[in-house]
Amino acid sequence: MNKYPAWKYVLIAVALVVSIIYASPNLFGEVPVVQVSGARASVKVEEPMRGELEAAIKGAGLALAGVDAQEGQATFRFPDTDTQIKARDLIQSKVPPGYVVALNLQSSTPSWLQALGAKPMYLGLDLRGGVHFLLQVDMKAAANKSVERYLGDIRSILRDKKVYYSGLAREGERVVVRFREADQRAAALKLVEKEMPDLAIREQAAGDEIAIVATIKPEVVKREQELALLQNIQTLRNRVNELGVAEPIIQQQGADRIVVQLAGVQDPGRAKEILGRTATLEVRMVSEEHAAGPGQNAFAAYKDQPAPFGTDKFPDAEGNVVLVKKILVITGDRIKDAQPGFDQRDGRPVVSMALDDAGGRIMRQTTRENLKKRMGMMLVERNSTTVLTWPVIQEEFGNRFQISGIGDTQEARNLALLLRAGALAAPMDIIEERTVGPSLGAENIAKGFKSVVYGFMAIALFIAVYYALFGVISVAALAANLLFLVALLSMLQATLTLPGIAAIALALGMAIDANVLINERIREELRAGMSPQMAIQVGYERAFDTIFDSNITTLIAGLALLTFGSGPVRGFAVVHCLGILTSIFSAVMVSRGIVNLIYGGRRKVASVSIGNTEWHKKAPA
Amino acid sequence: MEFFKIRRTIPFMRHALVFNVISLVTFVLAVGFLAVRGLHFSIEFTGGTVMEVTHQGAAQPDRIRDALGAAGFKDINVLKFGSSQDVLIRLPLKPNPDPKIQNEEMQKQSTAAMEVLRSVDATAKLTRTEFVGGQVGKELATDGALALLVVCLGIMVYLAFRFEWRFAVATILANLHDVVIILGMFAAFQWEFSLPVLAAVLAILGYSVNESVVVFDRVRENFRKMRRASVDEIMDASITGTISRTIITHGSTQMMVLSILFFGGASLYYFALALTIGICFGIYSSVLVAAPLAKYLGASREDFVKPEKKTAEPAMP
Repeated sequence: MNKYPAWKYVLIAVALVVSIIYASPNLFGEVPVVQVSGARASVKVEEPMRGELEAAIKGAGLALAGVDAQEGQATFRFPDTDTQIKARDLIQSKVPPGYVVALNLQSSTPSWLQALGAKPMYLGLDLRGGVHFLLQVDMKAAANKSVERYLGDIRSILRDKKVYYSGLAREGERVVVRFREADQRAAALKLVEKEMPDLAIREQAAGDEIAIVATIKPEVVKREQELALLQNIQTLRNRVNELGVAEPIIQQQGADRIVVQLAGVQDPGRAKEILGRTATLEVRMVSEEHAAGPGQNAFAAYKDQPAPFGTDKFPDAEGNVVLVKKILVITGDRIKDAQPGFDQRDGRPVVSMALDDAGGRIMRQTTRENLKKRMGMMLVERNSTTVLTWPVIQEEFGNRFQISGIGDTQEARNLALLLRAGALAAPMDIIEERTVGPSLGAENIAKGFKSVVYGFMAIALFIAVYYALFGVISVAALAANLLFLVALLSMLQATLTLPGIAAIALALGMAIDANVLINERIREELRAGMSPQMAIQVGYERAFDTIFDSNITTLIAGLALLTFGSGPVRGFAVVHCLGILTSIFSAVMVSRGIVNLIYGGRRKVASVSIGNTEWHKKAPA
Repeated sequence: MEFFKIRRTIPFMRHALVFNVISLVTFVLAVGFLAVRGLHFSIEFTGGTVMEVTHQGAAQPDRIRDALGAAGFKDINVLKFGSSQDVLIRLPLKPNPDPKIQNEEMQKQSTAAMEVLRSVDATAKLTRTEFVGGQVGKELATDGALALLVVCLGIMVYLAFRFEWRFAVATILANLHDVVIILGMFAAFQWEFSLPVLAAVLAILGYSVNESVVVFDRVRENFRKMRRASVDEIMDASITGTISRTIITHGSTQMMVLSILFFGGASLYYFALALTIGICFGIYSSVLVAAPLAKYLGASREDFVKPEKKTAEPAMP
């Protein structure tokens, strides 16, 4: 009667084996590493560079524990953090610009386990130390900016087409253009409607004057806001790259918020400064009179020499030296849009740029005068300037033009983002900040671990003494529960926070409830005079309903926390919910499996080792 | 081994009135403390900055407080935290109608405060900071209240579906009474009410509801089994039959919670404390408050044992 079909044993065995495999990476420690990767996806760390760096580290007499290469990134492992930091400084001095050198900790999980996708649990910032920022994007400011821009555009097309208006002003989120004559208004209406499809336009009588009122279409506003958010995220990403942070998390949260999480950053002040600064795009003419030829290394001669008078020397993305004139053509705030695309003639990837009207006028004049010369587009930040691209001007152009000579579509996409992302599209505020020092993180792990271990030991001891063999089985089931939970958390790579560890402890404390229910029920049935085999069967069956009930109510609480919780509490809720699922499986299936293995095979069971149940009979009535 | 060798049914219901009076008194006290003192909300709810600073030697909270006061900080709160080297400093949100300016000011404040601390003790090192802007705090508070509401509703719907409505109402009332008492304790002692504490309260709500479920499951079973017994007798028998299990499971969970309380460190202290109060009152209320409540609400045998309808047997072909 108390026998499981073979498939149930197989299921339990498979679950245990899989869990052991996926939980095991947590046992291996972490080794300090230095990671070198490209600042952009198209920049990869490939063989000659990796070899050179390896040779340089060895040449400096630093102990290198190993080198890994994956997905265009090189990872150098070191025996201790001192060597790691020395090596970081060395590598930083060797790699050309355009690469990110970051300190990190890497799990020393054996590679065959890694090949199975087994990873240790993903620790939250409160456990590994780092900074967390929640930034609010000021969409109102972004909207104001775009209303101003449309106002300028309307003014310039009306002037261009010689449509006469008596007044042009911004009223809140609307642009109002007043006219004296109806035919002028009709002409303006037609013109604006045709040229500016993003605007919703209607006529309005304002006193004795007649006017048209233009508002930005809601879907356009929405698109612009999304774009602004994406642009801000890209800008933040570029800036974070400079901090040398491994695996930064920069994500959208809600409609207008961005989360930035940087693990292992020790100095939140510096992180804040870098995230908050402004970068701009500059366009300047390349100083052709100093160029040695048309190629990429036209200015190689100036590599170790100061820039000649009237020019500046900057590196480009590949590390070539470029001399540009000091005179500014335009700056990045003239860029309205940059989109990746394809050249209509030869189908090669390009970036289509759109400037505002003032920018277009300047551009037209400059390009007319500088045909067949090179123009540099530069990203300017507080202490570094990079020439993004310096193509040859093929023809005169105005506010719309294309940047060609781009390697592939991926690079085109990145460049477009970068051009848009040079500056923040909308101002941002830090509305939440959490910083945890790395030592505090390690302390938190130790404390959390201690509470789980001591709590588990106390429960195990008590249950084993109280319920004898059935108690030991319950403890085994509880241990299996812990194993499943850790394996599940590792597999899902759910963020483990300090409250999450507390939730693991609590899950174990609550999970024993199911086994107590079962054991008490079996005792009761035995007392009622049932045969041992029967009592086990009935005990498990009757207890199941109650176990199910009790877990449902706990699950309701867990799900509500998951829905409404944020930050560390979310970590609690995730573990809480997963713990309920694993505890049902382990308390019911696993413990029953063990019981069946022990008692199920026997034909006649004289007694069940579940503690003394005899007192009831012997006691005087 | 067995702790509870209960040979006779314990007449819990005879003392129902006593339990109810105890409940009522604690409940009223808790509400009173909540009303008079209010909860000491953490900055997660109110907005503001918390800084945890460690020193090489023993920290001097008094000197730090004076120095910060002299530097023009108002309403600051300096506490010893964890070990003697650590202090926790709370800076309240500066009132400002414009959230943008407010956020910027708060950012400057924490930097300035750190400079003052370094002037008191050069070894001062920032180990943790937390800044929550006013609008985020408000959101967290709303979300917290919503979570509590959803949990209550969810459990109520489940119980109503699972049991008869009287039991559902009795259970949720008994357990909400626990929640109010936990909150009342936090108000009375001015313990910090943070997000993890809220999580603990909700977790305990889900946890102790199932105590009542266990008792009422047994009540239902006994209504069917013990045809002659009165409602009181059935309740007594049901509580007696489950009390051993209730105490053992709660005891086990409590062991784990005590382990968190003692070893989990300062950041989990109030979380574990809330759980401890919740577990202790959970035993009492889910058993000794829920059952009498169900009785007052008029639970009777008819709610469980449906009069057997005589169904016509299909005629044999």
